[in-house]
Amino acid sequence: MSETAHVHPTPRDYWQIAGVLFVITAVEVAVAYIEALDPVVAPILLTLSAAKFVLVVGWFMHLKYDLKRYRRFFYLGLAGAVLLLGGTLFTFGVLIGH
Amino acid sequence: MSEHTAVDTNAEHHADPDVVRKTAIWVFLGSEVLFFGSLISTFLLYRTRIGDGPGAEVFDIPFTSVSSFVLLMSSLTMVLAHHASTRKDWRQMRVWLLATAMLGMVFLAGQVYEFTEFVHEGLTVGTSPFGSSFFVLTGFHGAHVAVGVILLLGTAFMSFAGRFRPDEGMNVEMVGLYWHFVDIVWIAIFTIVYLLQV
Repeated sequence: MSETAHVHPTPRDYWQIAGVLFVITAVEVAVAYIEALDPVVAPILLTLSAAKFVLVVGWFMHLKYDLKRYRRFFYLGLAGAVLLLGGTLFTFGVLIGH
Repeated sequence: MSEHTAVDTNAEHHADPDVVRKTAIWVFLGSEVLFFGSLISTFLLYRTRIGDGPGAEVFDIPFTSVSSFVLLMSSLTMVLAHHASTRKDWRQMRVWLLATAMLGMVFLAGQVYEFTEFVHEGLTVGTSPFGSSFFVLTGFHGAHVAVGVILLLGTAFMSFAGRFRPDEGMNVEMVGLYWHFVDIVWIAIFTIVYLLQV
């Protein structure tokens, strides 16, 4: 896709995405209550949450269809947040033993 | 360099104002990701330090799930408002903007109710590091939702008052990007703060 291309989804697509978001949220809540899934609940919930994140950012915020430069700025912040999260938890949780 | 060449060179450097504004808001949102990332990190560090107060057992997951659903649906109404603005269907745009603002207010009312319940159960901002980090994180998110509601209502009323020019659909997109961002932050908070602590 070129830097200037703009292809927007239709309202029908938006309703379908909202339906998928609803289903994922319902599955998340169900997973949190199923004791048999306790050992793997964190990766499952984080994966489902990431799927919702991608749907909203990609389609509702049009990042999938918009200029690449917007993606770069947003992903830069996201990468910084992941580094911050990892760094903080490692420093205070492991090194210092907070 | 001739005067003519200088003018052409300047014209090449004049970026599309809409692209500049959208770049600015994406940079802003990128910085906001860092802001909420630091608050979530703090919560994760202190989530087990409940002191003498209650911990995550006070969370009412079914209630918060409904709040999450309300906020997710507000993203749908927001994107429909933006879509209407791109078609210059101002009436539809106003309807969806007001629907989004209403859903935002329902979410905020839910948060006020939830906070009140937590305080009644003994969890306050001063009870424990867990309470402090929880209220600061969710409180800042709530403040962002409140700002979003003000922006939505302001945009809708500007349109009602006829102060919305046909070329100002970009304003709706800016407000929309901010609103969707508030939604994705809640997606992270709902999973990390609520569901993973059950």
